[in-house]
Order: sequence, then C-alpha cells, then structure tokens
Amino acid sequence: MPTLNHLRLLEAESIHILREVASECQRPVLLYSIGKDSSVLVRLCQKAFYPGSIPFPLLHIDTSYKFREMIEFRDQFTASIGVKLIVQTNQSALDGGATPYAWGTQRCCGALKTQALLDGLRAGGFDAAIGGARRDEERSRAKERVFSFRDSRGQWNPRNQRPELWNLYNSRIEPGEHLRVFPLSNWTELDVWQYIHAEKIPIVPLYFAKVRQMLVKGDSLIPVEQPFVAMQPGEELKWVKCRMRSLGCSPCTGAIYSEADTVPKIIEELFGMRRSERQNRIIDHDTDGSMELKKQEGYF
Amino acid sequence: MAASLLIPDSAQQLLIAEDRKELLRFTTAGSVDDGKSTLIGRLLYDSQNVYIDQIESVTKASIGRNAGLIDFSLLTDGLRAEREQGITIDVAYRYFSTPKRKFIIADTPGHEQFTRNMVTGASTADLAIVLVDARKGLLPQSRRHAFISVLLGIKRIVIAVNKMDLVGYSEDVFRQIERDFASFLAQFEEIEPYFLPISALLGDNVVTPSKKMPWFTGRSLFEHLESVPVGDRAAGAAFRFPVQRVIRPDLDYRGYAGQIASGSIRPGDRVVALPSGRTSRIKSIATFDGEKLEAQSPESVTLLLEDEIDIARGDLIARAGETIDVARQIDATLVWMSEEPLDLRKRYRVKHNTRLEWAEVKELHHRINVHTLAHERAHRLEMNEVGFIRLEVSRPLYFDAYKRNRTTGAFVLIDPFSNSTVAAGMIAGIAKPAFEERPFSRPVRTEERAARLKHRGAILQLGNREALADRLERSLFDRGHTAIRLRQWAPEWKQPLLDAGLLVVVTDGASPACALETASSRVDFEELTTLPADEVAAAQLVGDALEKAGVFVADPELAESEGI
Repeated sequence: MPTLNHLRLLEAESIHILREVASECQRPVLLYSIGKDSSVLVRLCQKAFYPGSIPFPLLHIDTSYKFREMIEFRDQFTASIGVKLIVQTNQSALDGGATPYAWGTQRCCGALKTQALLDGLRAGGFDAAIGGARRDEERSRAKERVFSFRDSRGQWNPRNQRPELWNLYNSRIEPGEHLRVFPLSNWTELDVWQYIHAEKIPIVPLYFAKVRQMLVKGDSLIPVEQPFVAMQPGEELKWVKCRMRSLGCSPCTGAIYSEADTVPKIIEELFGMRRSERQNRIIDHDTDGSMELKKQEGYF
Repeated sequence: MAASLLIPDSAQQLLIAEDRKELLRFTTAGSVDDGKSTLIGRLLYDSQNVYIDQIESVTKASIGRNAGLIDFSLLTDGLRAEREQGITIDVAYRYFSTPKRKFIIADTPGHEQFTRNMVTGASTADLAIVLVDARKGLLPQSRRHAFISVLLGIKRIVIAVNKMDLVGYSEDVFRQIERDFASFLAQFEEIEPYFLPISALLGDNVVTPSKKMPWFTGRSLFEHLESVPVGDRAAGAAFRFPVQRVIRPDLDYRGYAGQIASGSIRPGDRVVALPSGRTSRIKSIATFDGEKLEAQSPESVTLLLEDEIDIARGDLIARAGETIDVARQIDATLVWMSEEPLDLRKRYRVKHNTRLEWAEVKELHHRINVHTLAHERAHRLEMNEVGFIRLEVSRPLYFDAYKRNRTTGAFVLIDPFSNSTVAAGMIAGIAKPAFEERPFSRPVRTEERAARLKHRGAILQLGNREALADRLERSLFDRGHTAIRLRQWAPEWKQPLLDAGLLVVVTDGASPACALETASSRVDFEELTTLPADEVAAAQLVGDALEKAGVFVADPELAESEGI
C-alpha cells in the first residue's frame, strides 16, 4: 500500500486522541468556537465515533460580540449534525459594561472568555475540554501538550507540564482539576484549509472574500457591528473586498484585503502570505508574550 | 527553494502538489550553546517558513539581549522565562514545509537536567539531528544525545558539526569528529548516520551548500531532510490493533475502534482477540468515508468481526497465527522523569497501548550511565537516569519488544498520588527470572534442549581432518550453534553427549572413519569416507548430511530474518 500523505496521518492521530479522551475522561466537552478549526474538529469527531453519534456536547463561549454570521452558522450547523450545544455567557460582566473599549481587551477577554469558560466547565461538571488550538498558532502554544493539565483554578503551569510520550496520553486528574485536550496540536493553518477542501467541510462565509463595509484604521480593517465601535476623527467607513483570516469577537478581529472567495484561492493566498494568522487578532498585541499570560490564567 | 517562491500556476496544481506531500518527524538535540535554536530558526528562515511579523517581534526582542542581527534562536524559544534566561527548557514543536515535504520538529533542550525532554521529543521522531560544536569535538553530551536517540528507536541520525566558521572551515576538524563519532555509533545496530559540517549562524550547508567548504560534497541539511526515505516501518510488521473503544450505536452493531499500531488488514483475514484468545474473521473495515478494502498502520479505523466475541477497550486484535509476547513480568529500559526517585516498594499505574494497569518495579537490574554507557549497580533511579528493570504488572500485557515495535513495545508509568507521568519504558522482553526464584517443575527433556539449542545431538567423526573441522565449526558458529571439539574419542562417551543434545566434532586420528551419528540414526555415508581433499567441497558435503539427518531445529523467526 502507498504511504499515507500528511493529511491522512494527521487525521489518524487526531481521531486516536478524540477516542482516548472520550474513553478515559468522565465528562468531556468540545469547546466550539464556530471557526474553521472547530469545523474541522467536529468533522474529526464524526469520523472518530462513526456510525455512533458524538458522545459529548459542544460548548460555545458566547461573548455576545461575535459576528452575526457566526451565530447563524452555529445554530444551523449544530442542528444539521444533531449534536447538543451549550452556550455560556458571562452575563454579569456584560451587565457591568464589559466592552473591549471600556475595559481594555485584556480585562474584557478575561471576563467574557476566560471566566465564562471556567464557569461553563464548572457548571457542566466537565473534566476535559477539547479545543481546536494548534501549536503553530503562537509561540507559547508550541510547548503545549496534547493532554494539557489545568489545576483546580483552571490554570496552566508551563514550568511543570507532564511529559507526553508516544501516543500514550495521561488523563489522570483529581476532582476539581481538568484537562484541555488539543487534537489539532500538530496541524498547521495550511493543513486545516487543505482538509476543509478535501473533506468539503462547511465554514462561516466570513472566511471568503466579499465587498464589506469596514472601518479603516491605518493597515487595519475593523468590522463595525457593535454600537460601541465608534469612529475617531480622521477615520472612515469604506467598502473594501476583504475576508477574515481567523474569527473572534467582531470589535477585536481585523479583516485582511483579499480576493480569495473559494477554498483553493484561500490556500493559494496563504502560500503568498508573509504574516501569521493571529497577527490580525488585535487582542494578542497588548504585551510581548501576552498569549502566554492569558493561558496561565486559564484562557483557551 | 522556498515554498513561497514556487507558487504553481493555479490553485488546483498547488492542491495536487500539496496532496502528495509526505510527513517527516524529527528531533533535535544539542548541548547549551551548541546553537540548536539558531539552527532551527535558520532552517525556518532560509526555507521562508517564517512570517514577517514573527521576524519583527524577535528583532524587537533582541534589542535588549544582543542588538544587531536577527537572533534566530528567538524564533523558537517560546516561553517568557526561557526568553529571559536564553535557554530552551521544554520540548517545543515546530512546523514547516518545503515543496516536497511537511516537517514536524520536536525541539528539545540540551540542558543537563532535561534528558526527559529529549526522550519525549525522540519518542515520536523518525530522525534525530545531534549538534556538535566543532571547537569542542565529541563531548560526553553528544554521546548521550546519540544514545538516547538510539534508545528511543531512531535509526536515522544526522550529526551536524556546527560553528565551522569558528574553526576556519577546517576539513581536518570535521573529519576528526566524524571518525570519533562513527566509532562510537558502531556499537549500535542498524544506525544510519549522516555527518555534515555547518554554520547555523551564517547558514553554511543548512539550506544551501556552503561555498566555504568545497571539500564537502554531501547534501545540505535541508536537502538531506527532503530526500531521506520516510514511510512507516511499522506498516510491514505484524498486525497489531489495540482497541480504544467499542462503538455500539444500536444492539446489532458492534465495531471496535482503534488506530492500527503496525501492519495491515483486509476483510476476511483471520484474527485473534487478546486476552480471550478467541478467533474470528474481519467482516468489514468501517469508516465515515465508507468501507475499506484494506487498512494499514497508522490509520484509525473501526473493525467489525464475523463472530460475536467479547472484546473491550484495552484488548488487542492481532492476526491469527502471528505470535505476540504475553507476560506479567517484563524486562524494560526505564527513563526516570520525576523529581521523586523511583521507589521499588511503590505501586504505579502503567499505561500500555490502551490499557491502564497497576505495576511495580520489582528489580533494578542496573543503571545505565548515559555518558559512558556503563552498567552500574544501583538501588534507585533519579530524575533523568536510565535503568534496566523488571516490571511486574497486575494483569498480563500483550506486547512486542520495543526494537521491533515502537507502539506495542512502549509504556509510561504514572504516579497514583500526583498523577504525573514519572517514567518512560521500552520493553526488552519477557523477564528472565533470577536463578534461585525458579521453582523446580520437571527434569529438562530432549525436546526442550533441542528447542533452546536450535539443534539436536549429533557427533561428527572427521578422522584427522583438522582444517575441515575448523571450517565446519566456523559455519556452525556463524549460524548460532556452538560445537564441542574433541581430539580424543572413546565409544562410551557417545550416549551421554547425544543425550545432552550437543553438537560434537571429533578429530581423533586413531579412529579415521568419517561418520555422522545422531540419537536416532547412524549415517555411514560411503562418500564421507572419501571426502574430497578440497575443504570447501568437503564442508558442503558434511553440511548437507547434517541437514538431511534433521539435526537443525527450524526457528521460524531466524529463518525469516536470515534467509536460511
């Protein structure tokens, strides 16, 4: 038989990881972010447990600032494949006026994402949260384990990670502690796109280039969906052909100029790309190593 | 060379090219200041696998430390703490691709106390790069790095002699290190080393061949990584399928989900389930994308059997008729990874394939000094030490020796109190009980002797043909048999020697007749009395006679590997 190509090798590894977490953990949950990586993860779950159904629910941490198109896609997609969806929102923070403008991105993320996630995990009694993070996304993620231990406060200690060898994952935890499990650890952004193409996986239309109205701030294209995203003097709304390279909250996710309106064109575009994926995520630029700080506190 | 410069004409062509890409996983090892992070940063940068914003962010960060050039090491030193100290402290995984291949690098620190990280990185790698500082030559650390790579089953080892710019690109320096390292590696079996001189800092022989070392005509590191054969060696091995999960969407469907650890399987193949030992046939290989006509390692599939037999998570499905070791007492090499030393009185959890069992380390046979490779007496194993141990598991494991199968031969130990992973184990085989522990069962029988010695008792009388006897002894020896040489003969010795199952070559000039005698027959071949004077032809004749008399006991394993 011929050697398996890289996508099939990655797929086999991810399915193995999903079956391990489903078999060894008491109450796993899949963190569903609606993005392309989540879509790939859901497809891998379908494959891992076929012809059975996915043996755990999906959990979406809704900051209420997600794009309208994301929420529409989420509701339609999860209904079509018949999985249980849990939506968790930190309502008290929102009532207290949490926006990235009023609170700053660091504090806003802490309340609407990190805190909401920890609340959601506690409420559901989940002992393993499966996420779509990849090691190639950001430098501090490069050292993340596939089965990554979180203490009773949900925190990550990069100094004291469990050794992880072969495909022998350690899922042992005490009550109150939990695991984050990353089946896409070894995938790159390009692998994800190739897989979406090969498997015809549905994704949010925001990934495809279209003429959209954007707030142009220097090199950044900021979508205007929330009332608090206000224009400063000298800024203007423009119609530009653009797309989202990664999806987050609309006030904090920049678009990129693009003509790529199909998956093959996106892949071709990535080949010519000279900037990394998270570069357009405004939130990561607060301080050098900011992702690592967030992760230590319990971020995704 | 760079991926970004080779944009094919259309997106479609690009996709076809991408679809053909193979995957190579490799690990890197080097001591502090060998320039390992710089090498990886250089490899990523020169092959245009680094984004502008990443370069900007490390150029910014390098101002505090060493202003000026881009500090390539910062591209790979991930965590804040490491960036402050300037050393890598944990395994980091990097990804890059070239027009031909995708690569996963397990970048492991060379700091003295971090052997455990190297073992971790090597566990999933097919190739290892060991960095040597040209100015320092072959240091104990380099030996240790190579040893750990070999221990973890890596056959392809690249020895990159770095900082050649600091020794004036001297060929003599490179060749001396090459000789020293090659003689060290010669003690290990099946290792394929590749030596090359580089300068990670200046880029010599990393991606492009160096103009400063015309005396070196080999491939650059990049060319070597792109051309070294990949492919799962496990795919050709015996079929092993650890069951991860039973899939039962309804009462009529019973599928066994798992990842094929080695070998391949087709519908209709006869299989055996362990530990029950029940056999059945593969009814179908189910996947989300439809049924498969064949599946191979390392695919993740679901197997359906023709018969309803009881199989659960942790069981193993193998091909019927293929042997697998089953034992509770196992000898293994153990790498200790915890600050709390190995405790011989403590129970640990062992994770092997998809099983979790209780286990105790019953004996520490010896500790292996990772610098000298000497076996040392020891009563405990500390963090980063390697030992050869006997593990006793609460229920039998089904396994292969690690050198044959890197999946079914591996395990980890987990501390039941801290839940941390404390050791990595590589199975050598079924434990050999100590002499005094073996209870007497029954006298040793002839067949047992034959099975152990791989031959039956035979006496070969060769008269005064000493040279022929030497030749025959050598032939037997090379095939794994030990012959007893006697230069005097007495007829009453015959029976006890045959009973003991020994191979005896007699050259007693006083009894010149040439003959072959076994327990069941005495063969006085006419032609043996007139053996040709030519030793080669004579040895051939005697060898044939031994074969015909059924002296050799077939060893299927040996027959396969040596083509006998």
